Amino acid sequence: MADSMSATPMTGTHGHPSGGEVTKRDFLKLVAGAGAAVGVGAIVWPLVDSMNPAADVLALSSTEVTLTPIEAGQAITVVWRGKPVFVRHRTPKEIKEAEDVKLSALIDPQADSARVKAGHDQWLVVIGICTHLGCVPLGNAPSDPRGEWGGWFCPCHGSQYDTSGRVRHGPAPLNLAVPPYAFETDTKIKIG
Amino acid sequence: MAGLHKSDFKNPVVNWIDTRLPVFTMMQKEYGVFPTPKNFNYFWNFGALAMVNLMIMIATGIFLAMNYTPHVTMAFDSVERIMRDVNYGWMLRYAHANGASMFFIVTYIHIFRGLYYGSYKAPRELLWMLGVVILLLMMATAFMGYVLPWGQMSYWGATVITNLFSAIPVVGDSIVTWLWGGFSVDNPTLNRFFSLHYLLPFVLVGVIFLHIAALHITGSNNPLGIDVKSEQDTLPFHPYYTIKDSVGICVYLIVFAVLVFFAPNFFSAPDNYIQANPLVTPAEIVPEWYFLPFYAILRSVPNKLGGVSMMFGAIAVLFVLPWLDTSPVRSAKFRPIYRILFWVLVVAVIALGMVGAHRPEGAWVTIGRLATLYYFLHFLVILPVLGKLERPLPLPESISRPVIGGGPLPAGATAKPMEKV
Ligand code: HEM
Ligand code: FES
Repeated sequence: MADSMSATPMTGTHGHPSGGEVTKRDFLKLVAGAGAAVGVGAIVWPLVDSMNPAADVLALSSTEVTLTPIEAGQAITVVWRGKPVFVRHRTPKEIKEAEDVKLSALIDPQADSARVKAGHDQWLVVIGICTHLGCVPLGNAPSDPRGEWGGWFCPCHGSQYDTSGRVRHGPAPLNLAVPPYAFETDTKIKIG
Repeated sequence: MAGLHKSDFKNPVVNWIDTRLPVFTMMQKEYGVFPTPKNFNYFWNFGALAMVNLMIMIATGIFLAMNYTPHVTMAFDSVERIMRDVNYGWMLRYAHANGASMFFIVTYIHIFRGLYYGSYKAPRELLWMLGVVILLLMMATAFMGYVLPWGQMSYWGATVITNLFSAIPVVGDSIVTWLWGGFSVDNPTLNRFFSLHYLLPFVLVGVIFLHIAALHITGSNNPLGIDVKSEQDTLPFHPYYTIKDSVGICVYLIVFAVLVFFAPNFFSAPDNYIQANPLVTPAEIVPEWYFLPFYAILRSVPNKLGGVSMMFGAIAVLFVLPWLDTSPVRSAKFRPIYRILFWVLVVAVIALGMVGAHRPEGAWVTIGRLATLYYFLHFLVILPVLGKLERPLPLPESISRPVIGGGPLPAGATAKPMEKV
């Protein structure tokens, strides 16, 4: 080793094979290098982490929605944490379609009953963000295309969702997410 | 030992400076007498054009920034104010927005020039790879710049592109949240994009400096792709190529001016004159034209991770191109089969650009998949194999003595049909 303390590498019972002797200087270099790496990391981390959501952005907010004005077959968009949330009043036919699908026919298998609140299965509440690359799918306005499965159609790359908000046609890999929410009364929900 | 530089400059002030900091000697060496192959065609203008373009972008950008406000409630209006109220603001913005398009036109031609004449081959591999880094930085800069006016396309383009990273397994979603600084593209995102959009052009200046430093070590390639053999093959950069570049710059400025003054919105999407609305995605979202081929590759793969990987892969193959192309002959002029396949690649890339601009329906899907397939075949299969199979045409002995008329060759040239590189 070039930086070995002894000019002629020691061989024999104590030395490492092929003259790769470990010296005090190697040890010091390693410790100094490791110390420097930790130091740089300690400086870089605050910079990197400053780009993560700040405390005010993280502060949870909740949104209340009154359901009475939404007619069967209609859906509205509300905002929760800056994201669109779809609240859809499903018709009996749409509920039946959502319940009758075989799970094996789904891209992201999930039963309809797991996506609505028991006893309120006419109400579907999902985050209105396509799980492909984040566009807002069409299907809430009466004039919107709803795709082959009668749910939502994403204009960006053609993903389609059914009346339970489950993805039925790619490229989206996952169902529309269900946000945390609860029924405060039969006609009012609180999201978040 | 350290010592003063011996300067040959006559002017006493220049000489005094040059003795202490030999920048004049350096400029004289690198841009004055610099020996340059004497057979350049006009495709060798595009590096200089890109340089001029970058300076225009930085100049117009700095003055735009004096009137621009990076806040979600004010950004759109501040750009409208630049357009209506700020003196010559319309010109600054149109020059900056169209300058981005011109920059990509110039750079893409510059890159295809390199592909045609084999400029990426030894010893210019590192020079080429620095070029690919420049392309990536330009893309990042242009993408973030396009978000700043905070129109509908700005917002949804930013949403779709940042979401590409969510395809990364396990950490994807955390990365996207980190990029946004929140749970959707919002004010923190706009702020950091402005900060980075201001920063990256100067990083570009640094990488371009290295690109040119590497160029001045290896020397320029030339349309024949053979090495410079003697001083007979070269001309001093000044005045020969300063003049030739000036001609190109004039033509470039004419095209630029026609765009800015007669068709300033030729390349732009009308939807970007609607303020960003996080609740409504426009019916048709398309990226800026210079991203369309890559966007088409993304959409040709019906799988999220697959599409994203292929899109980044399309640039990654350029990085390793010097090792994929196994032919020792540089210029396509002497590679009869490569010459044809080069044009097939050009057609495939243009086709991808058109596919990217259309809804992925019907024939567009098929064309997109075929063109994507060809793109990767070209680099990953054809180039490695072709170098072994193709019989190149005889190379001229030197730049000064090109093959004329294709008649019988001097013994030396036929005995050595391939340039030793
Ligand atoms: C590599 C060089 C650059 C490229 C490719 C580039 C590209 C772009 C693009 C495509 C836009 C959107 C134009 C529009 O549709 O309105 C933009 C906007 C902007 N850029 Fe740049 N830019 C560059 C350098 C700079 C620099 C150095 C600054 C200096 C601060 C700057 C400041 C701005 C500002 C303030 C805007 C927003 C105003 C506007 O939208 O016109 N840019 N840039
Ligand atoms: S974002 Fe919805 S399909 Fe791509």
